[in-house]
Amino acid sequence: MRPIIELQGIAKKYSLGRIGSTSIRDSVERTWNRLRGFNRNGAVPRGDFWALRDVSFTIQPGEIVGVIGRNGAGKSTLLKILSRITEPTKGEAVLRGRPASLLEVGTGFHPDLSGRENIFLNGAILGMRTHEIRQKFDEIVAFSEVEQFIDTPVKRYSSGMYVRLAFAVAAHLEPEILLVDEVLAVGDAAFQKKCLGKMGDVAREGRTVLFVSHNMASILALCQRVILLNGGALLGEGSTQEVVREYLKSTISHEVVVLDERADREGDGSARLISCQIESIESGHFISSSSRMRFTLAYKGDRPLRHVRFLVTIYDYTNTGIYLFDSDAVGGIPETLPAEGVVTCTTDPINLTPGRCYINLALLRGAAIADHIEQAASFDVEADEFYSTGRVPPRDWVMCLLKHKWSFDEPAS
Amino acid sequence: MTTAPESKFEIRIRPNQSWLRVDLRAIWEFRDLLGLLVRRDFVARYQQTALGPAWAIVQPLAMTFVFTLVFGKFAGISTGGFPPILFYLSSLLTWNYHAQTFQLTAGTFTANAELFGKVYFPRLVVPLAIMLSNLIALLFEAAIFSLFWCYYKFFTAAGVHFGTDARVLLAPLLLIHVATVSVGSGLIVASCTAKYRDLRHVLPLIVQVWLYLTPVIYPLSKVPARWQWVMALNPLAPLVETMRYLLLGRGDVQPGQYLCSAAIAAFLLIVGVMMFQRTERTFIDTV
Repeated sequence: MRPIIELQGIAKKYSLGRIGSTSIRDSVERTWNRLRGFNRNGAVPRGDFWALRDVSFTIQPGEIVGVIGRNGAGKSTLLKILSRITEPTKGEAVLRGRPASLLEVGTGFHPDLSGRENIFLNGAILGMRTHEIRQKFDEIVAFSEVEQFIDTPVKRYSSGMYVRLAFAVAAHLEPEILLVDEVLAVGDAAFQKKCLGKMGDVAREGRTVLFVSHNMASILALCQRVILLNGGALLGEGSTQEVVREYLKSTISHEVVVLDERADREGDGSARLISCQIESIESGHFISSSSRMRFTLAYKGDRPLRHVRFLVTIYDYTNTGIYLFDSDAVGGIPETLPAEGVVTCTTDPINLTPGRCYINLALLRGAAIADHIEQAASFDVEADEFYSTGRVPPRDWVMCLLKHKWSFDEPAS
Repeated sequence: MTTAPESKFEIRIRPNQSWLRVDLRAIWEFRDLLGLLVRRDFVARYQQTALGPAWAIVQPLAMTFVFTLVFGKFAGISTGGFPPILFYLSSLLTWNYHAQTFQLTAGTFTANAELFGKVYFPRLVVPLAIMLSNLIALLFEAAIFSLFWCYYKFFTAAGVHFGTDARVLLAPLLLIHVATVSVGSGLIVASCTAKYRDLRHVLPLIVQVWLYLTPVIYPLSKVPARWQWVMALNPLAPLVETMRYLLLGRGDVQPGQYLCSAAIAAFLLIVGVMMFQRTERTFIDTV
């Protein structure tokens, strides 16, 4: 079967400096300078910036492909070119199917028009015919959960209602190719879940989806294949798990967090924490829900230390404590330590939902606090196959994951 | 998983696509959008105003009143023997449609930058919608004009000095000619404004100068012979005069000027569409 999306050497150049010539004066000045044979005064520093360089790939009908990469990697430019909002500088792309792009929800919503009128207008802007919209109207309204306000101008909507209505229209498009940019990053958790479900349905109906996102959990949940862009070029392409892992490895800094310089610390200072390193035992800098962790702490005192106690506490962003690793509670630290050295704390799988965690560190000598640093470092927990279904609850629902089983008990007959 | 049957639909995206070819098929596919944009323009314009669409009548009436007072009574500028109110109303019928369409079309890119940056549809749908939605305002004005026309014809002594016949049925054709000038020139300015933002400030000036160089407040016959060439270069001048001729039965319609206007109108439209299509391809990169 022929690929439904085919890109060949797509490249896009932007002129740097003041993009385009925005005033007649600039243009005249530049032309004048060129005529006089020099290019000094008034010439804005102009360079070229390649947002995409020679990107080629193909997508088969029915595939859901994720596009990931850091900010500025060219993801949005790629989507804009495929959506025909701007044209490439070089190369060619072929779309063998009717496309619809969702670079934003609610495009073309007019604040003065009612929800009902906006459904039709927005649908038409996205390429739907009026009779198609009429057919799906009830479904769209039900999906958006704004039935009561359907004849109210959308400027009176709350932002949540606005987004729900906008997404509902978009979700009922029936293109052969759907190009989506981060629209799932809107709405509350329950609505996001509904949206993800809808995207899954779209794919099951055999349509092709190209999905750009920063949210690795939704990429992992939805996509079978992922394209990784870096600096405008194609860096990797392959199965979701593999490419996402590769990407995350490259994004998280490999540096050890240096604590020596931190001034916001408490304690008598007779011994100090110098640095700390946080990693996953299995996969180094890629920390995910089932990672076992290793905290490596370097300390320094003025003389050999007796009766020391190390504390590592993990918090979430609301400053709620999740775990405390206390060297006195489990043992393992000798009674006397040299004046300078490194201690390591390793854990079982952390079982945390995806999200950011912060750690506090403390070093005690007997009952006295020698050093205490709040928010000494942070790390991100990524989603993984914790439950081997790829589905884990989001951080704003719960903090911890626990392996468990469900069963159905046959009633005794 | 089922797989959708292979579609015959195919889009090729490549640099420097021809800007000479107008993709009429794509515009036809978006005809529903055209209708909804017309509706949006009209509804949004009068939403939350006390008078609503009545504003479409208030504006030309107020203008007519001021023109009658200032140019008719104070300055004593001739209205070619017609009742001043009818004269100005007939001029404004053509002129207001043109001025509105021209200005809104000229703002196509600046007013829709956000929309154009997010979704694809044939961009020419927007000026087309402007052209059509202004027709609605024109209908209101035409209704008001007919009322005054009947009043002057049947209830005043001036009624014998003007009249009309079946030729008034040519007015819609004349409007197509006017729309060609308005949209064509609007598209050219729109494309230039996308590149040179300065032009946005010049636009009101252009409209004003154009108004005075068009026989709106004076009849074409009052233009001295040695200045008639200005009227020949202004594609709108013979159109305002011709409209008056169709509605009031008298006017200084010169075939030479009219043909010249038709040629200029065609030229403006072709150049306008070309420039517009060239600009729309990468306009969003410069926002």
